[in-house]
Amino acid sequence: MLQQVLAVTLMNLRAVPQRLGASMVIVIGIAGVVGVMVALLSMAKGFQATLNSTGRPDRVIVLRGGANDELSSVLFREQATIIKQAPGVRQGIDGRPLALAEVYILAGLPRKGQTDPANVVLRGTEPHVLEVRSETKLVEGRMFRPGVYEVVVGRGARDQFAGMELGGKLPLRDGDWTIVGFFESGGDVHESELWTDAETLMQAAKRGAPTSVTAQLESEQDFDRFKDALTTDPRLNAGVQKEPDYYSSRSKALNGLINGLGYTVAVIMAIGALFGALNTMYAAVSTRTVEIATLRAIGFGGAPVVVSVMIEAMLLSLAGGVLGAAIAYVVFNGYSVSTLNFQTFSQVAFAFQVTPDLLRQGVTWALLIGAIGGFFPALKAARLPVVEALRGSA
Amino acid sequence: MKYFPLVWSALWRKKPRTIFTMLSIVVAFLLFGMLQAVAQSMTQSVQISGADRLFTAGKFSFTEILPLGYYARIKSTPGVQLASHASWFGGVYQNERNFFGQFAVDHETYLDVYTDLIVSEEARRAWARNKTGALVGSGLAKKFGWKVGDRIPIQAAIWPKRDGRNDWEFDVVGLIDGQDEASQAQADVLLFRFDYFDEARQFGQGYVGWYLEKIADPAQAATIAAAIDRQFANSPKETRTDSEKAFNQAFMKQMGDIQLIVRSILGAVFFTLLFLTGNTMMQSVRERIPELAVLKTIGFSDPSVLALVLAESLLLCLIAALAGLGAASIMMPGLAAKMPGLEMGAEVWLMGLGLAAVLAAIVGFLPAWRAMRLDIVNALSAH
Repeated sequence: MLQQVLAVTLMNLRAVPQRLGASMVIVIGIAGVVGVMVALLSMAKGFQATLNSTGRPDRVIVLRGGANDELSSVLFREQATIIKQAPGVRQGIDGRPLALAEVYILAGLPRKGQTDPANVVLRGTEPHVLEVRSETKLVEGRMFRPGVYEVVVGRGARDQFAGMELGGKLPLRDGDWTIVGFFESGGDVHESELWTDAETLMQAAKRGAPTSVTAQLESEQDFDRFKDALTTDPRLNAGVQKEPDYYSSRSKALNGLINGLGYTVAVIMAIGALFGALNTMYAAVSTRTVEIATLRAIGFGGAPVVVSVMIEAMLLSLAGGVLGAAIAYVVFNGYSVSTLNFQTFSQVAFAFQVTPDLLRQGVTWALLIGAIGGFFPALKAARLPVVEALRGSA
Repeated sequence: MKYFPLVWSALWRKKPRTIFTMLSIVVAFLLFGMLQAVAQSMTQSVQISGADRLFTAGKFSFTEILPLGYYARIKSTPGVQLASHASWFGGVYQNERNFFGQFAVDHETYLDVYTDLIVSEEARRAWARNKTGALVGSGLAKKFGWKVGDRIPIQAAIWPKRDGRNDWEFDVVGLIDGQDEASQAQADVLLFRFDYFDEARQFGQGYVGWYLEKIADPAQAATIAAAIDRQFANSPKETRTDSEKAFNQAFMKQMGDIQLIVRSILGAVFFTLLFLTGNTMMQSVRERIPELAVLKTIGFSDPSVLALVLAESLLLCLIAALAGLGAASIMMPGLAAKMPGLEMGAEVWLMGLGLAAVLAAIVGFLPAWRAMRLDIVNALSAH
């Protein structure tokens, strides 16, 4: 039995070069499907990774109660001070609370190769921001100084926007601001931002009040204590959220869109490729009617014929799947894009991530398409009435 | 037309093959229809915005607010026929998912600048009388079951009331209709009076979101825009004026890479398809060499054989494209529930059918050429 399968399969495979055109249909069809699927899912994966790495559960963000995001939130100065001194906030080495009163505004800068401005987040923060957001580090240049129009730029923003070089000038508010450094924060959404000093920015933007307070808690368990203290304080109307909750809620819509797009397109394309595979294998079987009938006549069973046709289809699909996955990996891994997050009105940059898991998933889909695309033609081949098939050889 | 039966029977010569080929083309056009509708709905607002309207926002970002004091100076800028202003309210009705635009506008001028919003005389008069009155898009009214006379609660996300609370209420005094179905999505907003807004909010008094100007001569747009901006140059709040169309286009471009990705997907899909269908056509012609030779023997000219094969390829692609686009349009209402304003316009159909014709020409050409060049004697003797 096994020998029969082997013999028939080898015979089929040796004939593949003769049917190269038809066989290439499977390979290229499936390479296209797997390539597109892996690329789309790696985009979703990359965006997800950016989201997941943003914020830490032991850090909180405080907005005005009712505000959905930083753009719509306004806190008064005295409220910001109260929030920073609330119980549960960790103290820095100098005894000051590890908390930042920040102002979040949008600026319009052209993206690389374009002239129309796109919205970029300009975050006014405090000079000790690297102590509070400890995952952030400067990779080039130095920190901004208070009182001067200076910014540090996140890695994502540097890659997406035009004119991002040390010493470069950006028209952000009330004239030009000098780029003095670049920072990295583990690929999170802050890397799409420009940071500067909050007080300096508020003056330049004619804005009297900060937007939010971000604070490092003693530990995640202190969240309730901190939240209760703020929500019961009559001087405040505060909305308190853990950072990961806040940031993932701000990207829900975009995340849904990217994921939905990826999976919908992949499934529909896979169906299309399935028809292509069926077509090719039916053609492969029908050109070999006589061969198969001869095999049956000299005593080969039906099962080896079925198995061998399926193996051929699956091997061709495998080749296509590997090819598609490889192309997706070479072209898209690390490819960084930026789009408008319509919940925050601002650009968010992220990089495609072609993970081994996605490659496996792509190849699995290829094999599945091959198996289904090979099965029905294989069945047809095995059921051929031997006598008729031999007679109809003309 | 008299050869139609011949082409038709050639097409169905091998039923399973034709059906599978067709199905994969159907799938491609289903994707095309859906993705193209998404791409179009993103640019739709651009088509609706008039070229005779200018838009003045903050120089550094359209989210900057501008002093109300600019109003008089903008109105008196030469070339400006009429001006109005609006402010983004950004509140929440019941749930953040029920998102729709809410604007505090100058109720005396806004509808005259936006003449494409249709509001009855009666509603206009009621709005003028009622300070807390609001006009709502008829699509929104239908969706949320609002009627004229209802009082709708909106939670402020940006602008609390004077007492610090977020509860705003508006009286529905009339409905807003779009010019046609396509522009109804633009009309599905809530407009309320700026005088009420400015008086009742906690902070930000005396500032508006942006100004709108209606101009007499669209050809003068650039000059007028520059004249407006010049008045506020070197002031604490500088402005940037552009035609509304240009502004919307710039905003849509921000989706940037997503649109690029949609386009590359379609490119990959059609490339794959080209290969698949092309191969089927080649195969089908190869099998029919003796038949084609017979056709030539009984007097069909070379060009007419070429035309027959091309017609077959065209028929295959058009039937499949129609089925695919049809399937996409059937799925549209379901998708539109998730993405308001999504619609497959006549343009998508036309583009799809055009694409099908191009596809047919590309995949049909090689086999058709081969059929045309067929030498009768060799073709017949080979079998």
